[in-house]
Amino acid sequence: MDEREKSYFTRMKSYSPYHSPFDPCRPIGKKFYSTPPNLYIGFQPPGMEQFDPHTALRKGTLWPAFWDYYENPYEAKG
Amino acid sequence: MWIYEKKLQYPVKVSTCNPTLAKYLIEQYGGADGELAAALRYLNQRYTIPDKVVGLLTDIGTEEFAHLEMIATMIYKLTKDATPQQLRDAGLGDHYANHDGALFYHNAAGVPFTATYIQAKGDPIADLYEDIAAEEKARATYQWLIDMSDDPDLNDGLRFLREREIIHSQRFREAVEILKEERDKKKIF
Repeated sequence: MDEREKSYFTRMKSYSPYHSPFDPCRPIGKKFYSTPPNLYIGFQPPGMEQFDPHTALRKGTLWPAFWDYYENPYEAKG
Repeated sequence: MWIYEKKLQYPVKVSTCNPTLAKYLIEQYGGADGELAAALRYLNQRYTIPDKVVGLLTDIGTEEFAHLEMIATMIYKLTKDATPQQLRDAGLGDHYANHDGALFYHNAAGVPFTATYIQAKGDPIADLYEDIAAEEKARATYQWLIDMSDDPDLNDGLRFLREREIIHSQRFREAVEILKEERDKKKIF
């Protein structure tokens, strides 16, 4: 991934589905979907930055570039 | 041959007695995109895949069993000591009627596991693409589970498992690249 790609690289995308006046549920507003780093990196290049071993075991990956923390994106809507 | 290490791949901690969450988690135990399906899929496909990627399927298939064991522990802890009444209130009355508190390989809706959840086409690209799809589907399932769970300790474990799905998908994608590559040929673009 070059610098230009990194600048617009986000791990969560969203779109706003159409809401009809006859749709009974309150509009959800934005719908979210995850686009984790494995979609962008291709074949892993050599010499990538690493977590220290203890951190890596907790996170589930040795590579910061592949780490993708997930949080429920709808939580704030109440 | 396998060597068993008597500990979990990642510590499983559960904060509250919450049989409803257990009902949802069982999707990853005996569901179509669950850990059992994943383990059986990879450990079976590996016999008829090119040598270069056999080891990858063995490694990932083995790790899926470690994940299965984590999910089992989560489900067990969420339902341990729950009374039949609590299980009934959590929508696990049907499960209790058949299994008491025992775990069983079925999905969140109670549909029993079937071998038709997995495929082995024999075509390396078709099989690896299925594996990539399976990892992404499992990643999504973990997201929906995290979305519905309010147990921070449990979510910690689920996040670890979701991260592993991302890494597995990455490695399967790399396996496709390895198989696509022209052998004994200089790369000229």
